[in-house]
Amino acid sequence: MQTPAPFEYERATTVEGAIATLAKIGPEARLIAGGHSLLPMMKLRLANPEYLIDINDLDELSYIDERITEIRIGALTRHAELLESELLARRAPVFRDAEEVIADPVVRNRGTIGGSLCQADAAEDLSAVCAALKAQVVLRGPTGERTTGMDGFYIGPFTTAVAADEMLTEIRIPLRSGAGSAHEKVERRAGDFAIAAVSAAVWIEGGVIADAGLALGALGPTTIIATRAEDLLRGKPPSEELFVQAGEIASEDCAPVPDGRGPVDYKRHLAKVLSVRALRRATARALQQEA
Amino acid sequence: MEVKIRINGQEVSRDVEPRTLLVHFIRDTPGLTGTHWGCDTSNCGACVVLMDGKPVKSCTTLAAMCVGHEIRTVESLEQNGRLDPVQMGFHEKHGLHCGFCTPGMLMTTRALLDTNPNPTEAEIRTAISGAICRCTGYKNIVSAVRWAAEQEADRSAMRQEA
Repeated sequence: MQTPAPFEYERATTVEGAIATLAKIGPEARLIAGGHSLLPMMKLRLANPEYLIDINDLDELSYIDERITEIRIGALTRHAELLESELLARRAPVFRDAEEVIADPVVRNRGTIGGSLCQADAAEDLSAVCAALKAQVVLRGPTGERTTGMDGFYIGPFTTAVAADEMLTEIRIPLRSGAGSAHEKVERRAGDFAIAAVSAAVWIEGGVIADAGLALGALGPTTIIATRAEDLLRGKPPSEELFVQAGEIASEDCAPVPDGRGPVDYKRHLAKVLSVRALRRATARALQQEA
Repeated sequence: MEVKIRINGQEVSRDVEPRTLLVHFIRDTPGLTGTHWGCDTSNCGACVVLMDGKPVKSCTTLAAMCVGHEIRTVESLEQNGRLDPVQMGFHEKHGLHCGFCTPGMLMTTRALLDTNPNPTEAEIRTAISGAICRCTGYKNIVSAVRWAAEQEADRSAMRQEA
């Protein structure tokens, strides 16, 4: 029987209260929402928090709001809500691509975007999605809020920039014109973690890629932002040759390890192929030419 | 800690450790062993119950998290000796073999029909993609859910005529 080691449990009623408990207990306290990543790790003793703060009642953290320059997503928004959001499907379709292949519908009823990002599993899909979209995350602590980009969010495997007394409360997706985005994933079976996954975003102005985002999942110790590939794409008209070049750079710049999901050369091959496919589809969406 | 949960309309209360999983609370406290305890890793779907009407995997949910929420298990499907149409569908279409996955399949597909009364085969297959049947009975499970959907449509039409 798999059961977590003993811990103390508290149900948070306010964000401030949850943060105050985090500050009081220290690093042995953990927030729990859906629990579909944390509880399995606790059962395996890979995580041993002594104190769990249940934030499922914090309804004020569950929303998908469109502002003029960004979409704001509350950290407690469930995968099922992200999948069903017409707003995200229209403005950032990479979310729906990814959500369709994250776990299964029952797990998606519980799992949250904040939990997915903070778990910092390199094979988790939303981290690549948010990195490609150049999202900012809002971290709230005892003395106030700060924001950080996804480029500074992952410090190492299962380790983020969120301090022990901070809580990720919101994800901000910038809205710019000419945007298109897509997520591509190869998995062993439905609902599994990726063998490799790639999220791409492009912003096309006047026939030229004004900006690009390319993020790789399951291809290194953390989600990898393929910055050299992004640099190559920027300022050039989109073309199949360009996407192949970007894919080759992504394949070089990733750092996969061999495991039960496949050997390194296969994963590097996927990094290239999935980058090309994601860029192609993101571009078609930006140009409203998706087949 | 004292955990009090409404399960199938009844308040159930017990002093348990915070680490108690919902699946064990359901099986051990009111003794409702219809909810099966399978893979323990949220992969197999045998332990699915409804939480406020939505299917969740009870092996990966703490009982303490369910305080203040409404839980429905497979035992709630039969009402006054009448099987739920989904249960009748599994009977009619032979939607089970060993039966281990069945409680989770029934609750998952009951929730599907509650939100989508006329699902396509693809929608049914997506809905049960988090539930594993190792007797390879998916074809009959899909037929069973379609059968239940048609039964419920007929009943609802008859109610409207009457």
